[in-house]
Amino acid sequence: MSRKPYEPTLPNTWWLEKPFYIRYMLREMTSFFVGAYVAILIVGLWQLSQGPDAWGSFLGVLSHPLSVIFHVLAFVFATFHTVTWFALTPRTTPIMRGDHFVPPGPIIGAQYVIWAAASIVVLAAVLW
Amino acid sequence: MSDTTTFTLEVLRYNPESDDVPHAESFSVPYQEDWVVLDALNWVKDNVDGSLTFRWSCHMAVCGSCGMMVNNEPVLSCKAFLRDYLKDGKGTITVGALKNFPVEKDLVIVMDSFMEKLEAVKPWIIRTTEKPVEEGTFIQLPKQLKRFKHHTSCINCLLCYAACPQVGLNPGFIGPAALALAHRYNLDSRDQGKDLRKDVTASEYGVWECTFVSACSEVCPKDVEPAGAIQEQKIESSIDWALDHLIPGRKAR
Repeated sequence: MSRKPYEPTLPNTWWLEKPFYIRYMLREMTSFFVGAYVAILIVGLWQLSQGPDAWGSFLGVLSHPLSVIFHVLAFVFATFHTVTWFALTPRTTPIMRGDHFVPPGPIIGAQYVIWAAASIVVLAAVLW
Repeated sequence: MSDTTTFTLEVLRYNPESDDVPHAESFSVPYQEDWVVLDALNWVKDNVDGSLTFRWSCHMAVCGSCGMMVNNEPVLSCKAFLRDYLKDGKGTITVGALKNFPVEKDLVIVMDSFMEKLEAVKPWIIRTTEKPVEEGTFIQLPKQLKRFKHHTSCINCLLCYAACPQVGLNPGFIGPAALALAHRYNLDSRDQGKDLRKDVTASEYGVWECTFVSACSEVCPKDVEPAGAIQEQKIESSIDWALDHLIPGRKAR
């Protein structure tokens, strides 16, 4: 008897099938906001190097309501991206101490500590 | 105790001699609290339709033969209890062949592509330098074994391939189980074959096809953690790439 296997194809809507896949796609989408925010930051630096007038007009654009909405969204998505990434780190970088793996808790916790420390340094540099 | 007496299986069937696409067929089976999906399928085969086709062997989550989609989730059917699918005392589940593979018949998939991928990563200990017998056995410390032991538990059940959308989208992708096994041997202190495996694992069909959906690790019945194994290899591959560009002549190995 000759064989005739059925060849299935994955529909483009595969990611709508399960909440797990939807969460994955949401996480992938956060990259757009993180990337866009970085691009704006680089444009800002460029404008700063071009003198007070250029910098002033850049600040003007930033204070536009649409820009404020974008930044709020970017913050929410960047936070989602960060938190989920921290949660995945024990998988990407398992650490051994002696004969055993370090449990996920300390690895995840250490990243929050570093995050908080970095935020304090940046805030201190801005405020003083 | 439940007073449920029957359970319904909606089985996605495909007969290559008469069908062009799979179709659902409903079977009512007696409900037993200690039955798994595989027991129900065997009851159908023994009592209703002997042509129902599926793979199984050990019935104890060791052989890896009975993987299938139950309610669209890849599971070992010998480990999936009917009682866990009861809702308000009633039970109906859909049963289909593992996703992302061609279907030979009913619940039997064609796994030739996986066998080729498995072989491609050379999942055995490779030595580039031989050790004379008189020097004795290879000594491995408990911590060296611990480093990769969880990656050795793979039973090739292919649930991870059915869960991975990248396998479905890119049929050439080496995939979770084979890449985890490659990592298992790369981490083995007795192995010297990492550079040979790199040609496959770091290729366009290797770890870089993975986008860290991590569904593979979620469905793995043996906690092999293929998602982690692949990300670790991505980090190694990136360091390799950087060193190749920084150190003249390194790439030639």
